[in-house]
Amino acid sequence: MNGFMNWIEQRIPLTRVANMHAIQYPAPINMNFWYVFGFLSTIVLVNQILTGVWLTMNFVPSAEGAFASVEYIMREIDYGWLIRYMHSTGASAFFIVVYLHMFRGMIYGSYQKPRELLWVFGMLIYLALMAEAFMGYVLPWGQMSYWGAQVIVSLFGAIPVIGPDLVVWIQGDYVISGATLNRFFALHVIALPLVIVILVFLHIIALHEVGSNNPDGVAIKHKKGSLSEDDKTKFEIHEYYTSKYDIADDVVPFFPHIVLKDLVAFTVFLAGFCYVLFFAPEMGGKFLEHPNFEIANPLKTPEHIFPVWYFTPFYAILKAVPDKLFGVLAMFGAIAALFALPWIDRGNVRSWRYRSGLHKYNILVFAVVFIFLGYLGGTPQENWKIVASQIATVMYFGFFGLLFIYSKNEKTKPVPARIPK
Amino acid sequence: MKNLVLALALLVPSLAFAAGSSVPLDKANFDLTDKASLQRGARIFMNYCLGCHQQQYQRYSRTFEDLDIPADIGQEYLQFTGEKVTDYITSPMPQEAAATWFGAPPPDLTLVARVRGADWLYTYLRTFYVDPSKTFGVNNLVFPNVGMPHVLEELQGTPRIYHEEALVDGETVKRYAGIKADGNGVMNTEEYDQAILDLVNYLEYTGEPTRLQSEAIGRGALIFVLIFFIFAYLLKKEYWRGLK
Repeated sequence: MNGFMNWIEQRIPLTRVANMHAIQYPAPINMNFWYVFGFLSTIVLVNQILTGVWLTMNFVPSAEGAFASVEYIMREIDYGWLIRYMHSTGASAFFIVVYLHMFRGMIYGSYQKPRELLWVFGMLIYLALMAEAFMGYVLPWGQMSYWGAQVIVSLFGAIPVIGPDLVVWIQGDYVISGATLNRFFALHVIALPLVIVILVFLHIIALHEVGSNNPDGVAIKHKKGSLSEDDKTKFEIHEYYTSKYDIADDVVPFFPHIVLKDLVAFTVFLAGFCYVLFFAPEMGGKFLEHPNFEIANPLKTPEHIFPVWYFTPFYAILKAVPDKLFGVLAMFGAIAALFALPWIDRGNVRSWRYRSGLHKYNILVFAVVFIFLGYLGGTPQENWKIVASQIATVMYFGFFGLLFIYSKNEKTKPVPARIPK
Repeated sequence: MKNLVLALALLVPSLAFAAGSSVPLDKANFDLTDKASLQRGARIFMNYCLGCHQQQYQRYSRTFEDLDIPADIGQEYLQFTGEKVTDYITSPMPQEAAATWFGAPPPDLTLVARVRGADWLYTYLRTFYVDPSKTFGVNNLVFPNVGMPHVLEELQGTPRIYHEEALVDGETVKRYAGIKADGNGVMNTEEYDQAILDLVNYLEYTGEPTRLQSEAIGRGALIFVLIFFIFAYLLKKEYWRGLK
């Protein structure tokens, strides 16, 4: 066995890479439950790819055949319903874990120097994921698939001058049609998954270059020669890290310590996932919308058109602005603001544990506003909601404005040099 | 912090609002494990609905198998136009012609329970009433101006709508008081309600034929995950002992 491994190792750095990035990677000892969502996102990504491959085997990407082929999978393929529900539940689960993962980054300042690019790669994953999810939702060719696509694609029509031509170019037709379905299928199963996998790879490489943040926002890597032997970790950490830095004794190796922690989190996640998957795959019409069980009909507009729940906060921002072009700008601005977070926050204390009360309130209010926007965007329009969504939109952007202002001279608590025991 | 909790608490009731029909829907207490009810529902479907509506994503054989109907019996009593038992449940009525006759093709009913919900169907099929101003002589409470005749009239009898006068804010208004059949149908009210419940049960079944199987596997999966959790937790605890 050893000889075989040596033979491999001389030709490809299998053990070295595994040790460096998965086994002997130093992780802060104080990482709490907020730190499991990156791992869970990876698990869900694998789930989506595997179930997606099997769905593709029987899915027919045409306006005539798509809806019927999904029902064929649901009824006539052995356990086709299970694979389909794993995929549809996985889509929503992906956004749940990704939103929590992003929120973790916000409260512990994981986007701050030197993790700006790590955050930007993460945001790019989020953006690609939104495109992936949108196109995937079109594929079953139900009423919401069709009319949702209609609404989202028409947004590009708001762009001055090139808008209308751009819409035709995206659709591949003058209306949403089988041609649109076909190209969305191509993008959904090949182009975007490739992009997402590459971005996830870059996200992890960037993470391992700068190291994991932690709830105290305290560095675990110290200047070479600055720590006494007593203060250095006793665990076996890969020399890639120890040769450049002194690693403090407040780390654990990724394997087995973090892996086991993630495993516990995974079982808890799996319980919730299985519950939805087996008992409530529609999730009350939130994960699979009721009108989408009716085949797409270009002549019949549904009473209410909502995107799936994970888009509704941005949909509410779009609807809050009376002008279509400015609505689209506001919507994309809402995402762009997240991209710029590392530069909007001018503070140098990462974790909200050591930042001002104002900062804590600002983040919590932002979270509430985001959920409230999601509610507004996902329920039928009423008069009071117009004003409410306008106020919420202002508050959404207000988070970034306030952060930019107070973070410059924020009154923070002293940050310990080492992770507190 | 307190204010935030308060704000959240105030938000919760507003989340409970839901869009709905103007008529309160009656609860359909369907039971997918009740094979007799499903069989009766299938019989009503094949006799009264299939003339116009299809279930083009479901095969007869699947229905027979899941409902414990022997194939030869099913073929004799539930298939009327000589299809094979493995054929999809399609209507003999040409769907394109139907579109011109009714203004729209009669919707496929395989998935109707997942589109409308069981309560909606249960209420809809029990709220037809005589309205001579309409093409088919009937109207419906939950689906006003529906382009469908009341095909179950021979079961229910002629349904008439009743109103009562009531005083609301000092004004006398006419208020809906209920629908009652004339008694010329073959069923009384309880029997008709039960028949509709059977039909809704059947439609709920065809919407998702794997529901019971899914829940059976789900229970096993959750028990497995729970046991797995215990071992994962203990293992994690063992490795983290003495750290921190």
